[in-house]
This record gives sequence, structure tokens and C-alpha cells, in this order.
Amino acid sequence: MLVSARAPILLRLVAAGVRQQTAYPLAALAGLVANVTFGFLKVAVLLATVEAAGGELNGYDAGTMSAYIWISQGLLGSVNLFGRTEIAERIKSGDVVVDFLRPLDVHAAAVATDVGRSLWALLPRGVPSVVIGAVVVGMAVPTSVAGFLLGAVSMVLGIVVSCTTVYLVAATGFWLVETRGVQILYMVVSGFLAGLFVPIGLFPTPLFAVASATPFPSMMMYPVDVLSGRVAGWDAVGLVAAQAGWLVVTAALGQQMTRRGRHKLEVQGG
Amino acid sequence: MSSVSMDGPIIETHGLRRTFTVRDGLRRRTVVAVEGLDLRIEPGEAVGYIGANGAGKSTTIKMLTGILVPTAGEVRTCGLRPVPDRRRLARHVGVVFGQRSQLWWDLPTEESFELLAAIHRLSPDDARSRRSELVERLELDEFLTTPVRQLSLGQRMRAEVAAALLHRPRLVILDEPTIGLDVLSKQRLREFLVTERHEHGTTLLLTTHDMGDVERLCDRVVLVDRGSVAFEGTLAGLSRTVGADRVLTVDLAEPVPDLGTVATLPGVRHQGHEGHGLRHRFAFDAEQTTVVALLAALSAHAEVRDLAIEEPDVEDVVRRVYAARR
Amino acid sequence: MASTGAGKVTDLSAYRAVLASRMRAQASYRASFALDLGSSLLVGVVELAEIAVLYTSVHGIGGLDLAAILLVFGLADLSFSLADMAFGHCDDLPTLIRAGTIDVFYLRPQPLLAQLVTSDISLRRIARGGVGLVVLVIALAINDVPWSPAAVLLLVLALLSGLVTFGSLFVTAAGCQFFLVNGAEMTNAFVYGGRYGATQPASVWGRPLVVLFGFFFPMAFTAYLPVVTLLGLPGLDGLPTWLGWCAPVAALWAVVLAALAWRVGVRHYQGAGG
Repeated sequence: MLVSARAPILLRLVAAGVRQQTAYPLAALAGLVANVTFGFLKVAVLLATVEAAGGELNGYDAGTMSAYIWISQGLLGSVNLFGRTEIAERIKSGDVVVDFLRPLDVHAAAVATDVGRSLWALLPRGVPSVVIGAVVVGMAVPTSVAGFLLGAVSMVLGIVVSCTTVYLVAATGFWLVETRGVQILYMVVSGFLAGLFVPIGLFPTPLFAVASATPFPSMMMYPVDVLSGRVAGWDAVGLVAAQAGWLVVTAALGQQMTRRGRHKLEVQGG
Repeated sequence: MSSVSMDGPIIETHGLRRTFTVRDGLRRRTVVAVEGLDLRIEPGEAVGYIGANGAGKSTTIKMLTGILVPTAGEVRTCGLRPVPDRRRLARHVGVVFGQRSQLWWDLPTEESFELLAAIHRLSPDDARSRRSELVERLELDEFLTTPVRQLSLGQRMRAEVAAALLHRPRLVILDEPTIGLDVLSKQRLREFLVTERHEHGTTLLLTTHDMGDVERLCDRVVLVDRGSVAFEGTLAGLSRTVGADRVLTVDLAEPVPDLGTVATLPGVRHQGHEGHGLRHRFAFDAEQTTVVALLAALSAHAEVRDLAIEEPDVEDVVRRVYAARR
Repeated sequence: MASTGAGKVTDLSAYRAVLASRMRAQASYRASFALDLGSSLLVGVVELAEIAVLYTSVHGIGGLDLAAILLVFGLADLSFSLADMAFGHCDDLPTLIRAGTIDVFYLRPQPLLAQLVTSDISLRRIARGGVGLVVLVIALAINDVPWSPAAVLLLVLALLSGLVTFGSLFVTAAGCQFFLVNGAEMTNAFVYGGRYGATQPASVWGRPLVVLFGFFFPMAFTAYLPVVTLLGLPGLDGLPTWLGWCAPVAALWAVVLAALAWRVGVRHYQGAGG
């Protein structure tokens, strides 16, 4: 048992999410192999880009660029950029009515289980990918203990924001018969604006503004910037504050949508 | 080069063996699924292939149809070697898996038949006549234009059977065909299979947990236990080997509390009575005492108004065979 | 009973019947199909944007400028999208294995691989191929292409070889997936990693990547090397510029690799030993 029976219910759901994932070690290894292969391809082209720019490009040098690549690859297993969730299936099929019968906040429970799954993925996918990158390519790290701590906070916040945001995709199922459109849109847009293949720091100004106005950079780009030390001091605190802001916004929206969705089910019977 | 044999046995195996390697943590373990299986099924037979879960039934079917390679031993289906001759064999065999569909789930049912006719290279005339025969016999017309995913389980199974039989296979293998079906659907399906066999001489091999299937459809049973044949013969013979008796229930005109003397006939046991002696139950071994003899003995004591004979419960028989072998 | 004379011809009609019905089924759900087309288009556009962001922030990466990389991207994306349309559903093999539906293929009188490949076709991916085609045409216009019959031949060879190479990659992945049912994501490393690599200048790769994606999975031959040959640019260190002409050889190797992986995978599934 990871968490004792008396632990608050949400913590136990997080633990349940972890246990679900440990059942598939081969899947974790497979994800790691894919992540690392992509990582090396990104290293090749992005370090060549930094080199072509004379060793420094919009605040990225070889060390911070490498850190960006390996941390973002490591976060891939933990940050949901696909838009698919278990709860989405339950809402779409109407099975969620059963969940409403339990003395448990459906929104909070779904997010907690997801967070557990995502945190666990840091172990088999996140850590090895960062270690491989650090050993083979080398990368920048924060220069102070405070920077590390803030980085850790930022990473956890990023994971939680990813779970609260992707829940919103699922919650559209209360009203839409087919949520696949929303899910696909999320999938295409989230990776790009979260800075998966190109850091948003390299975006032209208008595109950068668009990305900053969405929760997506909070999931991946900001934690990477803080953890790699590219952004430090009060600027880093600012990024973490932005993440906290997005967490509040997406969580409140999720609560609201769940309440209305429940109301709709009760009135119209699904 | 083996050829399609029209007169030899439809299925013939000698010393068929299949093992699987399973990982148990870090260690590897070899599990024997089928062990020294000898089977021989003649054209036109209907054979029930029964046994508990994990007795090796599905593994056998996969080896008979070329999905799995045997670890050792020989297997011939329709005179062909299933793995190397798989594509030729596919023209002569139809398989119904109760659990996995061979229909296109998002297409109307009839379109699946059209695709299968193309896949099996049926001529348009042949496809049309066979299709209408199956549609009529299996009563498919009510849902021909319905997408497969919207069919009820009973409808889907009928469509699956039609799909497997469309190319007039000589051998039809049915793996749990009635699982989950309601009584009426089961009955319809069984009646269809009886007719099909009668008219086309189709050979049937049936794995099932439903002993009603075996009783209604099969003239022979093969019982497997831990991968090898534990019994081969008729269902009645199977019952006898483990002493599972038939049961005669009689309703009498007047209550007779004591009919114990009848039970002194060879192989007859008095199982008890109800309603102050209005109804009596006797278990009897048909080899030693016939129903007629038993009834004659009864009428000497009381007037029999009604009677019923129960066949032995075959699930129970299988359990007894297993218990006797352990 | 088994017909022989017209065998091959009627066999093709079986595949055609299945494919035609798959296409009808997709087109009949109009709203859903339009959505799929739109999202597929968006994927292509986003991938293009990622390349554009990089190449506009500096002047040339790995010896290619924006115009040249667009040519690489257009070629690679067009052939990948077409291969994805025809072979992409091979990625569903683990699902078929888990559900046992792969066994149904064994009960039909056609080769397994042919059945798997022709069991579906993803028309929606044509939208992404459209992005590739438009980029390719624009790139051919803005680059200084020395037009000649040889140049046209080189482009056609590159496209066809790319199509075969990417298709083979999907089949190779399917062969591996017989072993990796619960770890099928591993093959993403070379299928989708390979596609990503194919749109890069191979000159930025280190030696291990050149071995892996230059030759073993011959991604560099699908677009980068033919473009280098076409535009007369310096290519991979120490290798001749005419290497782009070898795209068909690379495609042939990819086919061999796929045939081998598929054969070994099927034998493993049937339990005949690997």
C-alpha cells in the first residue's frame, strides 16, 4: 500500500492511478524508447539551429536547449497532449451517472486519478529520459536550490494543469454527442502551443502572444524553462504564478461544467 | 503435396502436442495445452468437443485451422496440412467464434456477406442462391440492412453463422456458438444446424459448455482433460462410464408411501418421494434395467398417471470424469 | 473447387471489394469525415509551422535554407501521407491481436499481410498529403531547380521510393508488434520518429542517427538526399552528392526489412519459433 487507508480519499485515488500504470512495464519501456529516439532527433536539429545562430538564440544556448529537449521529452508521459481520458468515455456513454451516485466530487476524483497516473509516469519515462540526455548530450540546470524547488513546484503544477484542462475536453461530452472533434483539436493545438517540437520562445511575436493566452505553455514550456534555469529569479516566480492562475481558471471551469452537466443529466435523463 | 481428400477423414490428428512458454516473473515456464491428442472425425459426423476451461479446446481448434503450429505430432484437416496449406484449407472450413466477430461492425449485415462472397471467390449466382438460403433458414431478413454493431447478440450470432457457412464449407467448427444466447435463439440455431447437416452433409465440430448443444446436435462426444482425450463415444456412454444414471419420475393415481421393493431391481435406486407418496423418483442404469421393465414393476404396485425421464446432467458427468482421473 | 485459371484476377477483386466498402463507409458519415479531413489538414499545417519557425529564426540549418527544407518537407510529407493512408492502419494490429480478430484473417483464403493492408484505407489522410503536395509545388517554384528530364526522373523516383519506404516501415512495425502487443508504442520510435527525421537535413545528425535513420531505416533517402542531389548541395560528410539516385535501392532494402519482420512476427504468433 502506498497510502494508508485513512489517507484522504483524493490521495488514495492518486495512488490508484499509480497502481494502474505499474501493471504495464513493457508499455512504459516502449514509451521511453520512443521518447528518447525523438529526443535525439530534436537534439540534432535544434542544436544545429542554435549553432547556426552563433551559439545563442532568444536566450537558448546549447545547454538550455538540450535541457528543454530532454525535460520536455521526459514530461511527455505525464502531460496529456492527446486529449483522451477515461472520464471522457464515461461521460459520453452516460456511465457517469453511476459516478454521481457516489459521495465523491466527480471532477476532483477524475483529476486526482489522472494526476496519480501522470506522476507515476515521471519514474519510468521522465527520469530515464532526462538522465540519458544529461549523460549523452549534457544540459543546463538551475544554479540555486531555490531554483530546483521552484522547478519541482512548476512541474507538479504543469501536470495538474494538464489534467484539469484535458478534463474540460471530456466535460464537453455532457452536451456534445460526439466529442472527437474537440479532442482532435486539442491534440493538434496543445502540442504546438505547449512547445513540444519548437520552444515557444522561438515563435514570432504574434504567435507567442497566442500561445501565452492559452493554458498549454503552463503544462510543459514553463516547467521546462524553470527547471532548466533559462528563466530564473522573479521571472520564474512569475511563470509559476501564471501556472497557478491557469490551474484556478481550468479547475473552476471544470467544477462549473460538471455541475451543469449533472443538472442536465438529471433534468433530461442523459 | 497433399491434396483435398473427399473420402478420407475430415480431421485426423496423431500425438498432437502444443506447449506454451509463459513468463512467471523472470522465470520461464512451459505449459502443456494439448498432449498426445489423437482424433479422427469422418465426413458428415457431428462431434461435441467438450471439457473444462483450459482443457485445450481452443488450442486444438487453432491447430486444426492453421492459426497455431503444433509443437509436435501430426494434423490433417480435410486432408490438408493446416499451416502450410492454410489458404486452400480456408475454402473448405467455416469457423464460428462465439467471442470474436468476422463481420464488419460498422457496415450493414448484408454488406458483410457481399464482402465474404468476394473473399471466397463465389460466383455471383452461387453467392446469391446460398445467401438467400441462409437468410431464409436463419431468419436474417429483418436486420439485413442494420449495421452489425446495432444487432442483438442473438441476431449477431445468426449472422456470424451465416458468414461462416456462406462458402459451403465441408467442415464447420463452432466455438461456443450459443454462449450468452436466450433459450429461443439457442433453439433456432440448433434447428438450423441440424437441417444444414442433413441437407449438405456438413461435418460439425462443436466446443461448448452448453450440454443442450451436445444433446441436440452431436452423435459423438470427445471429452478432453488436460490436453488429451479422456473419453470418446456417445453421450449416453459417457454418462455410463461414470455411473451417472437417468432418472424416472412417476406421478401415481393414489399416494403409495412405500415403493422400496421396486428398487431391488438391478441398477435401480429409489431417490425419494413427494406429496405423501404421489410422486416418486428412481435413478436407474439403462444398461441393467430398461424403462419398460421399471414401469412394469411399478404398475404392479400402483397406477402410473404420468412420467418423465431426465437425462443425466452432463456438466455433472464431466466433473465426475475429471474427479475420477485426478 | 478451388479455381485456378482466373485465380489472380478474382483475388484482386476480393481486396477491391473490401477497400471500396471501407471508402463508402467513411464517406457516408459526412460530418465525421469532414472533421477528420479538417484535423488531418491542421496536423499538416502545424508541422509546417514548426519547420517554418525554426528556419525563419536563423539563416539555414545543416546546409539547407528555408526554400530547400520546404522541398524536403513537401517530398517527405507527401509520400508519408500517402503511405499512411494505405498502410497506417497496420498500427492497429495490437488491437486485433488482443481482441482475437486477427484469427479471423487466418480463416480466409488470402495472404495475411495482403488482408491486413487492404482491410482499411484512411481517406482523411489525403488532406495532410494535400499540404505536402502544395508545399512541394511551392518549393519547386521558389528553389533554383535545374530542370531537365533527369531532374523530373529524380523527383518521381524519390516520391515513389519514399512511398514504398514509408509503407514498408508500417509493415516492419506491424511485424514487431506481434512481439510487443502491450508495448506497441516502441515502434513509434522508428515510424513516427522516422517521419520526423525524414523532414530534417540529415547533415545535422551524429553518426548513430546517420546509421539508424540514414541507412537502417533509410529515411534520409526519402527526401533529403534526393533534394541534395537535385539542388547540387553538399550532402552528408564524405558521401557523394549522387547518393540521392539510390532512393530505389533504399526502398528495396526497406521492403526486405519489412518482409523479414513480418515473417518473423507471424511465425512468432503461430508459435513456430522466431
